[in-house]
Amino acid sequence: MSQATLRVQKISGHAGTVPGEDTQREYTVCKLIDTTTCIGCKACEVACMEWNDLPFGETVFGNTYQTMPETRWNYWNLILFNEHEREDGTLMWLMRKNQCMHCADPGCLKACPADGAIIQYTNGIVDFQQANCIGCGYCITGCPFNIPKFNPETKRVFKCTLCADRVSEGLEPACIKSCPTGCLHFGSKDDMKELAETRAKQLRDHSNFPNAGVYDPAGVGGTGVIYVLHDATQPELYGGLPKDPQVPWSVKLWKGPLKWLGNAAMIGGLIGLFVHYLRFGPKTREDDVEVPHEGAQP
Amino acid sequence: MTLAAPATSRVEQHVPEGHILRYTFRERLVHWLSGFSYIYLLLTGLAFWSPWLFWLAVILGGAPVSRMLHPWIGLIFFAGIMQMFALWASQMGFTAVDRAWLGSMSHYIRNQDEDMPPAGRYNAGQKLLFWGFIIFGVLLLLSGLVLWFPEKIPWSLRYLRYTAVLVHASSAMATIGLFLIHVYMGVFAERGAIDSVIHGDVTEEFVRRYHPGWYKELTDSSTPRK
Repeated sequence: MSQATLRVQKISGHAGTVPGEDTQREYTVCKLIDTTTCIGCKACEVACMEWNDLPFGETVFGNTYQTMPETRWNYWNLILFNEHEREDGTLMWLMRKNQCMHCADPGCLKACPADGAIIQYTNGIVDFQQANCIGCGYCITGCPFNIPKFNPETKRVFKCTLCADRVSEGLEPACIKSCPTGCLHFGSKDDMKELAETRAKQLRDHSNFPNAGVYDPAGVGGTGVIYVLHDATQPELYGGLPKDPQVPWSVKLWKGPLKWLGNAAMIGGLIGLFVHYLRFGPKTREDDVEVPHEGAQP
Repeated sequence: MTLAAPATSRVEQHVPEGHILRYTFRERLVHWLSGFSYIYLLLTGLAFWSPWLFWLAVILGGAPVSRMLHPWIGLIFFAGIMQMFALWASQMGFTAVDRAWLGSMSHYIRNQDEDMPPAGRYNAGQKLLFWGFIIFGVLLLLSGLVLWFPEKIPWSLRYLRYTAVLVHASSAMATIGLFLIHVYMGVFAERGAIDSVIHGDVTEEFVRRYHPGWYKELTDSSTPRK
């Protein structure tokens, strides 16, 4: 990542193209999760806590293998378990590793009012900068995946960083490194998309999963974490993965038209009042002589 | 001639000759409690509204401090407008004169006050301001409670959060409009108005000019109004 800053992009007063332009690919990174080969071992959960130095909290038993109901401010990576009965009566045990999806169009970032509290790197990683966080929780409202979590003690919000610190050093995220089945992959978005599509085709053609497909929702501009699902037409089965996630319409309205309308009204109002004062002035003036009238006292 | 106090007041207050007591001590206190808390809410709220105004939160002690205090000051503001409701709601009903007053608004804007229907203690514009702040104040409180603890709202009720951000911002915008007009009228347009809410009294001329209906009420009966 750091070398990219020294790669020449434009040259002044130079005829023709930039020498060496496009010889090196600019990567958007991506994590591929193949739910069809996940065995629910939770090695990724442990690796995440280990690398990010998160203390282990209490687990909550809910009659499944799931560690807790949802991610926490200090538990960023959680496998969701779901027992799904298919139409033919057979049972499927669906497991989905849930974490921040690193949206190309992040709702959390759109909603955040604090300067520099949420940033998106050129490689696609969406990262929270807790030093700049003000604890308002607007990111919680903006996220369509229920990912940002609030730490009531420090009043800051936390989530998966896609191990930005490891990726910047050329390493894969900790969860990827720990996966024993190879259901987790990490690389460029293009490569991961290709690999995912190949796997989905294999499932469709050879494994009797006619609806197998890739989850890379367009509503949020695509995501930096993509899934291969046995049944891509029903992502909700996988622990409530939204079918068509969007930045909430109210957040879009609030940060878009309402903001411009409000700004125009406030500035227009101030100008209007000032112009009114210039045109009409105060209703009375200090140097006004009071009009005498009946019964008036001096 | 000194006229009797218009509203209930257990504190006898000295009113200069030729002046009328317009606001009792309690009315003035509640007004400024609401006024100062509103200004804090306005400045910190605008800081969270636009990145261009984020510096407001920085100079007010830092954005995390502003985020922490904004809801508490909001509760104080709400207590203030509830006091106002208790004090004034009975005087804020719309009468036939008020409807005629609103119809003649263009004269009022052009400072042709002699062409206005005789307003009572509060003119129709002031009544609109009052009800605006009460209604939007309630909306701001309800949506503000959701925004205070967004992490406490379960995922299944996330529509509360989606609604709250819109309601809070648009109600705030509406109050800003009311606030700008209120400050402009009180400080710049109607000379004497700002003094009345500090010292309590206005000149008889002020009452005759802007609230002739109220003046008539005060002079017609020798007994003070309730």
